[in-house]
Amino acid sequence: MSVPAFAALLERLVFTPGRNAKLALLRDWFATQPDPDRGVGLAALTEELVFTAAKPWVIRDLAVARTDPVLFALSHDYVGDLAETVALIWPVRAGVNAAPPDLAEVVEALELTPKPELPALIAGWLDTLDASGRLALIKLITGGLRVGVSGRLARVALAEWSGQPVEAIEEVWHGVAPPYLPLFRWLEGKGEKPDPREAPVFRPLMLAHPLEDADVAALDPAQWRAEWKWDGIRVQLTAGPGGRRLWSRGGEDVSGAFPEIVEAMDFHAVLDGELLVIRDGAVAPFADLQQRLNRKQVTARMMRDFPVGVRLYDLLFEGAEDLRPLPFDARRARLEEWVARVAPARMDLSAQIAFGSVAQLSEIRDGARAASIEGLMLKRADSAYVAGRQKGLWWKWKRDPLSIDAVLMYAQRGHGKRSSFYSDYTFGLWRPTEGGGEELVPVGKAYSGYTDEELVWLDRWIRNHTTGRFGPVREVEKALVLEVIFDAAQLSTRHKSGVALRFPRIARIRTDKPAGEADRLENLMSYVEARGAEGEGRARRPGRLP
Amino acid sequence: MPPHPESWLRVTPQGLFCEPGGFFIDPVRPVERAVITHGHADHARPGHGAVLATAETLAIMRTRMGEAGAGAVQQPIRPGEVLHQGGVAIRLAPAGHVLGSAQVVLDWQGSRAVVSGDYKRQRDPTCAPFEPVPCPGGCDVFVTEATFALPVFRHPPPEGEVAKLLKSLALFPERTHVVGCYALGKAQRLIRLLREAGWEAPIHLHGALASLCRLYEELGVPLGPLAPATVANKAALRGAIVLAPPSAVQDRWARRLAEPVVAVASGWMQVRQRARLRQVELPMVISDHADWDDLNRSIDEVGAPEVWVTHGRDDALVHALGLRGIRGRALHLVGLGEEDEGAATEAAAPLADGEHAAGHGLDQGIDRAAVHGGEAG
Repeated sequence: MSVPAFAALLERLVFTPGRNAKLALLRDWFATQPDPDRGVGLAALTEELVFTAAKPWVIRDLAVARTDPVLFALSHDYVGDLAETVALIWPVRAGVNAAPPDLAEVVEALELTPKPELPALIAGWLDTLDASGRLALIKLITGGLRVGVSGRLARVALAEWSGQPVEAIEEVWHGVAPPYLPLFRWLEGKGEKPDPREAPVFRPLMLAHPLEDADVAALDPAQWRAEWKWDGIRVQLTAGPGGRRLWSRGGEDVSGAFPEIVEAMDFHAVLDGELLVIRDGAVAPFADLQQRLNRKQVTARMMRDFPVGVRLYDLLFEGAEDLRPLPFDARRARLEEWVARVAPARMDLSAQIAFGSVAQLSEIRDGARAASIEGLMLKRADSAYVAGRQKGLWWKWKRDPLSIDAVLMYAQRGHGKRSSFYSDYTFGLWRPTEGGGEELVPVGKAYSGYTDEELVWLDRWIRNHTTGRFGPVREVEKALVLEVIFDAAQLSTRHKSGVALRFPRIARIRTDKPAGEADRLENLMSYVEARGAEGEGRARRPGRLP
Repeated sequence: MPPHPESWLRVTPQGLFCEPGGFFIDPVRPVERAVITHGHADHARPGHGAVLATAETLAIMRTRMGEAGAGAVQQPIRPGEVLHQGGVAIRLAPAGHVLGSAQVVLDWQGSRAVVSGDYKRQRDPTCAPFEPVPCPGGCDVFVTEATFALPVFRHPPPEGEVAKLLKSLALFPERTHVVGCYALGKAQRLIRLLREAGWEAPIHLHGALASLCRLYEELGVPLGPLAPATVANKAALRGAIVLAPPSAVQDRWARRLAEPVVAVASGWMQVRQRARLRQVELPMVISDHADWDDLNRSIDEVGAPEVWVTHGRDDALVHALGLRGIRGRALHLVGLGEEDEGAATEAAAPLADGEHAAGHGLDQGIDRAAVHGGEAG
């Protein structure tokens, strides 16, 4: 199979809206493509295939050298996606007559070719392909195909194609490597099920549904357990004789970013918890944790300034014993006993919150002032640990958001599918100037929350009210008020206003409100929450009683 | 020394104004005297006093806005004919954009400006091809559009795009193929391309396309059998081609068709994200505007030392001109690019992903959205 065949699959996946149609395309791919290319394609789709030699900038430089830096930048800004920009802008060379490369050949060559020779190799391949083939190749060698195929979807397709349950595939998935020859042999009935043995594998996480007002009344306090919902990143810790892994919620291996956690995983168990920056026992705002994300390598300084720990929610395996079928209460007892006995470094237990009535719980939720708490988690006492989001077992009950009326100041075009819209909005609040006047100071940026219709309206408003252009950014007339909601406000030295918002999003466009009547910075400052005051404090949010 | 066009051709809130001639070109508000390059609604607006245009453009304007809206006095100008107005010699040259589309060639006191309007260089069986008007002098100006002025826009041959549609029809003979296309120009060009590719069956039209198709036929562009696309008779539309305005292919009207395959014929379909955004299953890259290569080629063929850019991606084009030593100037004309393939029309189409626009497409690796999804629980 050659790159063009893979390009055709990508092209169809990109434009196929339905999940079922995507599954059908993937089933067809598994059924019709030869080994090892079908596995290479699968690994590329699920982003298991990661090349370190061919960085996106290598590709960009190749294209820039063949065009013009300014034209390339403008094009990239418009298209939004680097790979697609290169694929479209790549000038066709007359007289190239070589056959396009095979997928497996590309993978092998990328591994074997010395780094200095890579750009020329890639350029040679690009010359043999058309725009869609170029796009597929670039996506392949830089990762991130983004065709709407998650690892989960690919495994569902494998299950449907082979008749094996998807859970069985999930369990062996991290024990096999691209091009997955033993996996395909098993799924085609030609071999044994691959045995991950002691290899650390990811177990799909149990997730919660948001609690709606209508569900609240039906809660029987006796059957439910409550914990804080911490504002970090959900992780799974897998450790045993076969190795140690820290998995993200979606099953990505994030061990490399948090070596101190991995070092502390000196046990044989599988745990579920929340990764947090914790200083002197107090959870830092999410902004601190953000400093540690998206890093392949961590410096000693990062580890010192942003010390991480894991707040443990659940125990899935103890040794080789699978605890997942046990009721929550039984697992919790095992977890408490385990933590007491093993006393792992950098880990503590997520406390349970006692409550006698739903009304009391609601008060507790509204009283939680710490920025590091998003709300409450409710877990049914008898719930087994099941993969995914099953209704009625776990609820998340977030705090009501805070809101301000801010003035739109700047807008920027989005990326990806919104690259043609002004969809990122910088908004500001009024504050006094030294001269006794009033000025707007930017306090945040939001790029969600609005409806499609509102996006179109905002885009048009921005185009018609532009007062300045700075590259992709437009400054607009200070005349439009946006109601912005957010989860928390935190002091920040990195922002001109001195304050940073958590999860800001646009709630409403307030065409009814003159800009002069928008909120002042001091209104926002009154929302800033004391760090470390976990679960304590005054109830200043509008509470919603059940 | 002849005067620089800057001194007699000015940008005003109403649009480009030829001062000695006392007329506007494609004005966006009602004016006393207007020269109209072509019939798209963003160039041809109602309510002018005297309107000068090709006979075809005037006919299109009458069809779209009625006898009264098309101008109190309508003056057709023949190809090659030269009119004088206030000492300015006016003639029109074909622009290849849609039927009747023209460039406006202005000569005053030895100085020449050529205003292209919208144009393309690809073959179009429904209109006369673009004719480059060389500028011999030293102070002349070519006024060009720049809708697709980014090097990522290279329109493929339209025949290949039509073949994609026919291939899909062969693959899904039970599904109605509804193609979103602009009512003026694109629809008729598409029909002619389909006829050339051997599609002889009736082509079904959304009501908004019917009158202009009829007019094209009256003006000598045969389109073959056409039929109204009545959703009531949805069984009859299985395996048929339905043409509809781009706005209609995404709304309920199209969804009532038989398992529709939604196609859109537009230059914007070149960019994958644009096509996805509009839930297009079959993007067809067919444009009535010049692509990057053709814009640059046309500018070189015209040979003007100075180029003004009316609307579109003026930043990229002006930069590219600078690299070749051509003076470029962005006019920032407002109100253009709103019909056919202009950006504003694109923006008016609903987005793809359910009710709300999703968050940013995030890169791989751990990241707030990727790990947490904002929904950890």
